[in-house]
Amino acid sequence: MTSPPELEPSPDRSQCWVADGAWTIQHAAAIDERLNNLQNRIEEIDATRIERLDSAGAQLLSRLVRRLNLDMEIVSLKDEHRALFDAVVEADTRPPSEEGRANPLIDWFEKVGRLTLDFVEDLRALLSFLGQTIATGILILFHPHRWPVTATVHHIQQTGLNALPLVALLSFLVGAVVAFLGATVLRDFGAELFVVDLTTYAFLREFGVLLTAIILAGRTASAFTAQIGTMKSREEIDAIRTIGLDPFVLLVLPRLIALLIALPILALVAMVAGLAGGLMVSSFSLDIPGQLFLDRMSATVRFRDFLVGMSKAPLFALVIALVGCMEGFKVGGTAQSVGERTTSAVVQSISMVIVINAVAAVFFMEIGW
Amino acid sequence: MSEPAIDVKGLVNRFGSQTVHENLDLTLPRGEIVGVVGGSGSGKSVLMRAILGLRPPQGGEIRVLGRPVTGLPDRDAHLRQSSGVLFQDGALFSSLTVVENVEVPLKAHGVDLSPALMRQLATLKIRLAGLHSAACNKYPSELSGGMRKRAGLARALALDPDLLFLDEPTAGLDPIGAAEFDELIRTLQQALGLTVFLITHDLDTLYTICDRLVVIGERRVLTTGPLAEVEAFDHPWVQQYFHGPRGRAAKQ
Repeated sequence: MTSPPELEPSPDRSQCWVADGAWTIQHAAAIDERLNNLQNRIEEIDATRIERLDSAGAQLLSRLVRRLNLDMEIVSLKDEHRALFDAVVEADTRPPSEEGRANPLIDWFEKVGRLTLDFVEDLRALLSFLGQTIATGILILFHPHRWPVTATVHHIQQTGLNALPLVALLSFLVGAVVAFLGATVLRDFGAELFVVDLTTYAFLREFGVLLTAIILAGRTASAFTAQIGTMKSREEIDAIRTIGLDPFVLLVLPRLIALLIALPILALVAMVAGLAGGLMVSSFSLDIPGQLFLDRMSATVRFRDFLVGMSKAPLFALVIALVGCMEGFKVGGTAQSVGERTTSAVVQSISMVIVINAVAAVFFMEIGW
Repeated sequence: MSEPAIDVKGLVNRFGSQTVHENLDLTLPRGEIVGVVGGSGSGKSVLMRAILGLRPPQGGEIRVLGRPVTGLPDRDAHLRQSSGVLFQDGALFSSLTVVENVEVPLKAHGVDLSPALMRQLATLKIRLAGLHSAACNKYPSELSGGMRKRAGLARALALDPDLLFLDEPTAGLDPIGAAEFDELIRTLQQALGLTVFLITHDLDTLYTICDRLVVIGERRVLTTGPLAEVEAFDHPWVQQYFHGPRGRAAKQ
């Protein structure tokens, strides 16, 4: 075993100090403390008795020499330690590169500025992506043999059929909850029957399509980003281009068309499921028999309400598909960026869906529908 | 200090029914740069993982610096402190900056240092690996491939290991960067007295910095020795490897 590190005055030569023991990382803290408390005058260091030296010990020793404003030559070392010591001195004294530390306040402003520019750039990118998609779509209209039929059908199954149970179940549950909530308030006025109006209006105008869009934004936008993003990071998109094919035709159009078809159908299912939920709660716990529920429904509901809800479906489909695909194309080379972009796609598409829905609600109210 | 750096006896590695190593013996002395070569799928990386104790072998005994590896827990302090590993793309922790990455081994092995001293030591390692201290506070994703490898090397050297494992250190580097990296490995090996276990396909690396070669094939070590001896070894694969068009070009 090696002995602990020491630095003591030499017994026979004045102002020469002798280093001894193990100058290793295990003892680095002790050495550092010893050296920092050293006030004596030193002109020479005899380190030939050091048993073990590693880069931590060498660094501490060289820093002592530098602090004392002495030359590295005053340290005498064993031959086997010389190379290490020289390498450490060389690395430690290399001048720092010109890149200095920036001011944190300026950093902060820079960050805010960048975020703002990024936001504007994102909007621009989305519009240009929309434009490119429309242009490609129109162009391909005249070339039926290039229509990506198989891929479109595949995506209709993925985004529509496979999501059907989930959308139906969740809408059913929300419908039941809306009916319950309405009943607790309306019961005080003895107007429980108006639960029917509430559920019907809510689901036909807003909830049916909004719930579907939010579920698909989480389920489908993320899937689109991950699929295209993985292809991007493995350079498959570049391969498609070099072969002379158009990634917009192969990847974006089928997904967009599939969602334009699937989302309205799912929204319709969600409306029916939500109403079924309301009907079930009404008949089991509010004493409104099913027949009465349906009668009341057909007396109050207007076809116009259904149109208001359905008119938003293609818009939501467009937003979800475009954001999902666009984020996929933004993926860089790493697996990490696939994850980041997927999160971003879900956040963006859900917030855009909700904002558009709010704007639409105001719009339809103003035109008196 | 007479014990070999790495001593492998009768190593057996199997994946299902596929045998990668069968009775593989290998003894490597200390203080050399050992280049490990072999065809794709010959089990170079499996051998390295077995020596590091990352993959328990189906049979055989492995001793590193005189101590057995097989059956050791992952956190075995001696093995982990005496060996550093540079994985192919650096394997830096992506959520930490470069300097924090280098500090991880220091913290993991409970070396009792003040934060300032730890930072100072980590910075030294980063500089030893040939990076500027400006790179210290960058995240791995902000670095180029060559810089990531250097940062990974700094982390591998954090505890002043006796043994350094390098998995294809020059893969994916341009010729200039690869030559610089070779030079760096040679300099560090001499300065720090390392034993380097180097898996590579890069013939230039073999010719410029390796003291000894180990050829793996047919589930065992085909031959080992200094470059000149191995080159002359009479085996079709070895002959093709060193005397094929690329081998001849690298030699000149």
